[in-house]
Amino acid sequence: MGKRSNWSIPYVVFLVFFVVLPLVLVMVYAFQDSQGHFTLGNLAKFFTDKDALSTFAVSIEVALENTALCILLGYPAAWILANKQYNKSAVTIVLFIMPMWINALMRTLATAQLFTMLGVTLGKGTLLFGMVYDYLPFMIYPIYNVLAKMDKSYAEAAVDLGATPWKAFWKVTVPLSMPGVTSGILMVFMPTVSTFAISEFLTNNKIKLFGTIIQENINSSMWNYGAALAFIMLIIIGITTLFDKDKEQAEGALI
Amino acid sequence: MGKFFARLYLWILLILLYAPLVFIAVFSFTESKVLGSWEGFSTHLYRNLLTGQMQGNASLLAAVENTVLIALIAAAFSTLLGTVAAIGIHNLKGRKKKVVSFLNNIPMINPDIITGVSLFLLFVFLHFSQGYVTVILAHITFCTPYVVLSVLPKLQQMNPNIYEAALDLGATPSQALWKVLVPELKPGMVSGFILAFTMSLDDFAVTFFTRGTIGLDTLSTYIYTDARKGGLTPELRPLMTLIFLVILILLVIINVRQDRLQKQNENK
Repeated sequence: MGKRSNWSIPYVVFLVFFVVLPLVLVMVYAFQDSQGHFTLGNLAKFFTDKDALSTFAVSIEVALENTALCILLGYPAAWILANKQYNKSAVTIVLFIMPMWINALMRTLATAQLFTMLGVTLGKGTLLFGMVYDYLPFMIYPIYNVLAKMDKSYAEAAVDLGATPWKAFWKVTVPLSMPGVTSGILMVFMPTVSTFAISEFLTNNKIKLFGTIIQENINSSMWNYGAALAFIMLIIIGITTLFDKDKEQAEGALI
Repeated sequence: MGKFFARLYLWILLILLYAPLVFIAVFSFTESKVLGSWEGFSTHLYRNLLTGQMQGNASLLAAVENTVLIALIAAAFSTLLGTVAAIGIHNLKGRKKKVVSFLNNIPMINPDIITGVSLFLLFVFLHFSQGYVTVILAHITFCTPYVVLSVLPKLQQMNPNIYEAALDLGATPSQALWKVLVPELKPGMVSGFILAFTMSLDDFAVTFFTRGTIGLDTLSTYIYTDARKGGLTPELRPLMTLIFLVILILLVIINVRQDRLQKQNENK
């Protein structure tokens, strides 16, 4: 079976060409002016651009709030779904994942329209509601997966040894389910920062998120500044994945 | 009592999750131009959609066709590339394995917009004109890692001696591959294909950046442009309702079957 390892070569070549090289190009473009000379001007422009900075702050704030809300709402749902006592059928979990298969833009537009019809003004509140609505299944599913596979006897042992059910939950079940939560955070936080269409629709263009300004710059041929903004996002992704020690476990929970 | 509240909680979440979908479905049965205004019951929009007679909006059907075609091609290539890659990665050791696994993780961690912008810059840099080919290449890029992750567990579960035994018993390496290895990996390949297919269907941002300016639309980019222009094509409502129903029925059938199989196995 020795040369079987060579079978990975085509994919490695593919990855270098379509994943590594494009990311290197983001960096190259970020540090070049439109004539192709090295410059720090694009990054400097971001740090002196009040609009871009406030958009960035708003994006991080919305993403943090969205992630927190998704955990608060999603964890109990995942726990109930994984608990045989409350839920015996696999169909219920499918009902929670199913909206993900419907085009996200269409769902978002319908949500916005529903708010307008109910007389709710589009703004921060509707943006958060719509974001939670779009990303909640991505939080529920990985947590559910970890909880469903978890050996229940650990929590039972804790109760047998004198812990209250509440204590057993916080000290045993929650720590053991952390890979699912991390994986959920990965799937909710960065995508929220980077969405562009969703925030436009849900706030009637009132609130811009970071993804929107990247998109606007790329589309108006300001590639270098757009690349610089994308580069800033890459750095944040790098930092968030560093914090995530159980990465392999977390990704295992996705599938 | 606990059971009651648990159920109630799930139901409230489900009602909220499904409200917009039900909203679309209800208003697919009226002719109004704008979503949300009711002008009497009518199946006119369904007839328009199914006969393709829409007020100058036949491009909607072209967009649906593109979406399905791109997803099928991208999923097929991803499954092939990802399965071969998984066999290779499974047989790698030590640092090499870690490096390749890390590279495989990058497209999954990157948000769509980064994947889209970085590939856009690649195609610009290479002076590669953007259209179907670039969109499909981009979709293969973000789909393949999911195939790799679906196939790898099957390789880990497999007894490596079966393959060796086939060789010892006189099978050629290619016979051993097709008659032993592929059947063992098939469940992983199928779930990888389905995952890749749905990821591709649902994509918006990556397609948006790599489709170029030749007027190529998938369902997502069509809806985006349509909404930016101010009004959604009314026929999108029956289309979404039909897609929703098809998926719902498929999922329920698959899961009821799985439930039954599981129960049969438990009874044995």
